Amino acid sequence: MDIKHAKDYLYWLYFQYLLITCCYVLEPWEQSMFHTIFITVFAMVVYTGYVFVPIHIHLAFEFFSQIFGGQHESTVAIMN
Amino acid sequence: FFCYFLPFNEHFEQAPMYVAVFTYLGFGVGTLFGYLRDFMRAWGLEKCHLATEREEQKDFVPLYQDFENFYTRNLYMRIRDNWNRPICSVPGPQFDLMERVTDDFNWTFRFTGRCIKDVINMGSYNYLGFAETDANALKTVADVLQRYGTGVCSTRQEMGNIDKHVELENLVARFLDVEAAMVFGMGFATNSMNIPALVGKGCLILSDELNHTSLVLGARLSGATIRVFKHNNMQSLEKLLRDAIAHGQPRSHRAWKKILILVEGIYSMEGSIVRLPEIVTLKKKYKAYLYLDEAHSIGAVGPTGRGVVEYFGMDPDDVDVLMGTFTKSFGAAGGYIAGKKELVDFLRTHSHSATYATSMCPPVAEQIIRAMKCVMGLDGTTQGLQRVCQLSENTRYFRQRLHEMGFIVYGNDDSPVVPLLLYMPGKIGAFARRMLDKNIGVVVVGFPATPIGESRARFCVSAAHTREMLDTVLNALDELGDFLHLKYSRHSRSSHPELYNETSFELED
Repeated sequence: MDIKHAKDYLYWLYFQYLLITCCYVLEPWEQSMFHTIFITVFAMVVYTGYVFVPIHIHLAFEFFSQIFGGQHESTVAIMN
Repeated sequence: FFCYFLPFNEHFEQAPMYVAVFTYLGFGVGTLFGYLRDFMRAWGLEKCHLATEREEQKDFVPLYQDFENFYTRNLYMRIRDNWNRPICSVPGPQFDLMERVTDDFNWTFRFTGRCIKDVINMGSYNYLGFAETDANALKTVADVLQRYGTGVCSTRQEMGNIDKHVELENLVARFLDVEAAMVFGMGFATNSMNIPALVGKGCLILSDELNHTSLVLGARLSGATIRVFKHNNMQSLEKLLRDAIAHGQPRSHRAWKKILILVEGIYSMEGSIVRLPEIVTLKKKYKAYLYLDEAHSIGAVGPTGRGVVEYFGMDPDDVDVLMGTFTKSFGAAGGYIAGKKELVDFLRTHSHSATYATSMCPPVAEQIIRAMKCVMGLDGTTQGLQRVCQLSENTRYFRQRLHEMGFIVYGNDDSPVVPLLLYMPGKIGAFARRMLDKNIGVVVVGFPATPIGESRARFCVSAAHTREMLDTVLNALDELGDFLHLKYSRHSRSSHPELYNETSFELED
């Protein structure tokens, strides 16, 4: 019963994707072409995200912590 | 700046932003694939089903412009099986459909020979249910057919003026409470052939943005200057009127010979009703003339079915030219123009339709006479009034349930034309096909007839629909709305009916 629900839900999601991208009206070979291109682009986006996003976040964190960390030290020196 | 006696509720809710984005995305994908297919057709990689010139004529001036029909070729053709479906019975509340299939993606069709029976009809303009085959009801029509035959074989001004026309015109004038009326054989031709007779060069036409093609064609044929005001927007109309009177004609600044305001009673693509009291106030203030096209509203609105004028409780003398058609509420064909006697006498001599077009054929005239007598109560029964009340009840019920379910529906609460918004091009085809699978016939409309981002399904409620039929349709719409994700409305909805579906309530002891 749960498997059937899951399968129905997945089919519903696939159908929504077909409707939104207007693939529903295309002929089968056009649909295959569109699916190939879409999956390729999506895979490239995911791969780029996986390779670059953690490094960028780490560098940004270091940059901002250097600014605020450096300022804190200078104010402490003046107080003393 | 006007207070209405009845509540005037019109909704034109906007869908969330992502819907518009996805709609344009869908059209973008369709366009890209359209370019690809055109390229393949041009380079011979694919067979071209369209008309092309012969090889020897390739160097001549082109007969067929390739890009003009881009949309038709590449987007309309793909979902073409939802339009022009052949019917093989009377278009009453249910009809029979001939089944047709396509082997090459809608370029050609073939009939399988089967007939799909009893499809619920939500697309025909059958507002009062007069599209019927009941022998008792059509008795007078059959008699007239026996006496007069079917053809008239002449125009109104020559030998085509039959006593049935005179009887019908007197009846129409009585129905609308005006001095005189004139009937024509075709509704579209009534507009397009009579507006040129009423206005000409040196006159100004102020026409609503969403007017029907027949009004636009008539206005263009007349040669008058045309200015368009925003749909049902009285500020826009007043601004145009003030500019016209202050500045006069474009270069000579002389006064306009006539100013004619063209509006419709119910707009068939939006389901909105015209703001008649405000327009009449404006027209009296600025001394313009009003032409009201009641194609969809005659017989369908108003406490006794006499159209928008009665719906607002106004005097028919305030509207200069009352025009309407018999195709929608009376189950026949043709149109009429009614108003003061001088106007109608002028049209009898000067109208193109009267001079050149064949007049209405007698059985059709008799059908209108019997339908109108039924609505007015002159046949001794209250059937006409019952039909009008049933229509208004059906309309209110249908619209209220659709709002509750969460669909975006345009238009006035009292109009029997119900446009349900679909937005995305992929959903147009899916909606129509799935409704037909559930044995319900609907009309879907897309780009050229509606703005590109607002395609819709248009339901026409009829007095002949029973509550069970409407419930069947509403349940199917509910299911399909969830499956296709069409319930975009962001207004609050009433509680889901499933909560009250229990057949027995057991009280815990």
